[in-house]
Amino acid sequence: MSKHVFVFAEQRDGVIQKVSYELIGEARTLADDLGQSVVAILLGDKIADAARSLIAAGADECVVVEDPVLGEYMTEPYAKAVHAIVQERDPEIVLYGATAIGRDLAPRVSARVHTGLTADCTSLEIDKETKDLRMTRPAFGGNIMATILCTDFRPQMATVRPGVMQPLDRDENREGVITPFMVEYTPADQNVKIREVVKSTRKAADITGAKVLVSGGRGIGNAENFALLRDLADELGGEVSSSRANVDAGWIERDRQVGQTGKTVRPDLYMACGISGAIQHLAGMEDSEYIIAINKNKDAPIFGVADLGIVGDATVIIPKLTQALKKIKG
Amino acid sequence: MKIIVCMKQVPDTTEVRLNPETGTLIREGVPSIINPDDKAGIESALRLKDQFPGTTVTVLSMGLPQVDVAMRECLAMGCDDAILLTDRPLGGADTWATSSTLAAALKKLDFDLIICGRQAIDGDTAQVGPQIAEHLHLPQVSYVEEILEAAEDHLVLKRQFEDRYHVIEVQLPCLITTLSELNAPRYMTVGGIFDAYREREIQIWSLEDIKDTVDMGSIGLKGSPTRVAKSGTKEVKGAGEVHEVTPDEAVDLLLERLSVIHII
Repeated sequence: MSKHVFVFAEQRDGVIQKVSYELIGEARTLADDLGQSVVAILLGDKIADAARSLIAAGADECVVVEDPVLGEYMTEPYAKAVHAIVQERDPEIVLYGATAIGRDLAPRVSARVHTGLTADCTSLEIDKETKDLRMTRPAFGGNIMATILCTDFRPQMATVRPGVMQPLDRDENREGVITPFMVEYTPADQNVKIREVVKSTRKAADITGAKVLVSGGRGIGNAENFALLRDLADELGGEVSSSRANVDAGWIERDRQVGQTGKTVRPDLYMACGISGAIQHLAGMEDSEYIIAINKNKDAPIFGVADLGIVGDATVIIPKLTQALKKIKG
Repeated sequence: MKIIVCMKQVPDTTEVRLNPETGTLIREGVPSIINPDDKAGIESALRLKDQFPGTTVTVLSMGLPQVDVAMRECLAMGCDDAILLTDRPLGGADTWATSSTLAAALKKLDFDLIICGRQAIDGDTAQVGPQIAEHLHLPQVSYVEEILEAAEDHLVLKRQFEDRYHVIEVQLPCLITTLSELNAPRYMTVGGIFDAYREREIQIWSLEDIKDTVDMGSIGLKGSPTRVAKSGTKEVKGAGEVHEVTPDEAVDLLLERLSVIHII
């Protein structure tokens, strides 16, 4: 019988990615509802030392495959390992981060195993009666929410976007089992050749981790005005983010984009400045704790999700607010 | 080189609006377009055709008969052939059944390279490309941002990740998935449009045409491991207060509120 909630723990350069801890936090809830365990899958080259960290984050067991071919992500070696583990262990559920790795690996595994896969879930829940996994995701450009079931095939598989689920508090004394797992690789498994790995030199902005986001839309007028938002963000200890339009216009980097095709954020405070609030944008930020919107158009849809709305010009109000904050701090 | 591009016709989801009273989608008047990531795939195929004389580009789609419009647009851009797989039992397919069906059609065709868009804007799953590659036992390179080098027997690709990119060499045959950032697709030419409608035929395939390669248990709604249990528009949280005030009053209001929610 299929059993346990498995999480594909993504590592890059030997560092476990934040989304993996978030998935373990969510898997913990699901596994407890099922009366089962959380099992992390960790693939890499000399990676076993990192397994402890997944146990501390809430896993009961960590299955580790170590091989030089698993150091840098490649589709086939990773798919082969995950498939082998699924065959051997027969999981009830497997979760992956909806990253450029998880979204490449999970469909390949689903086709090999012959099971369903639900992409970019924003909520997961065990059905109280049937014990099936209810997977909810935005579809149609974020316009509708669909709840998906996979009743006849196992494992039930889903990808989840980074920033959506909550990690648990770490407990370094948590007990868990680390299980080495062997996968035999042949040269044929390396069906592509990585000629070069080029890491981004610019430190990627982590808007998903920020407590405060000051976010700009088309209404801020031009690229230079992002400096006004940045000043306020600095004053509030936050980060600057953006709607899609400004990213497409080249005013700001893509990793700061919030929304359906950008990132999902849920900060304590989201300040939408000159953002009209297209559905695609709302999909990425409407779960923020508190939303303040400043927009010249009093009919802008952003006011429909804002806790506090101000009809006005963000490029005038924001610098005044920054000045006022500076004055308070002295 | 024989290239097949898988294309999906999608509603332009950026044009979709909600009915403010009922909270339901207004589907009427939403234009259908070639999925943007797929269009980048078509453009990259056509560029390979420009580079390697003798290359043929075939566009393959599964969908309703109306997809004809998007197929003719592909022909008008310069694709050589268009095959539309359409049959009632194929309807309601999830990504697994869609990829199984398209793989069955691809087994009937000769190819060196299969190009899929990374993801469709109506589903956003990014699953069908890698699943087709698995069904056909082909190497895949997804999230392709740039084709750095192309030869008769291999490609060198820039594969995007969030914090890095890989320069990947892959031997043909293979499957790649393309990002809309890859290129700026060419426009249809007037002559191309004329030919697409007057001179050219869309090949219409039914289940009959793939009967010896398809697994009848893996198509349509019945062959889909996943099903939609429930769908609907999101619950919109109640709107808060909206103030029309002077900038100075706005600042006072903001300071007061930032303090209430313990930001300052």
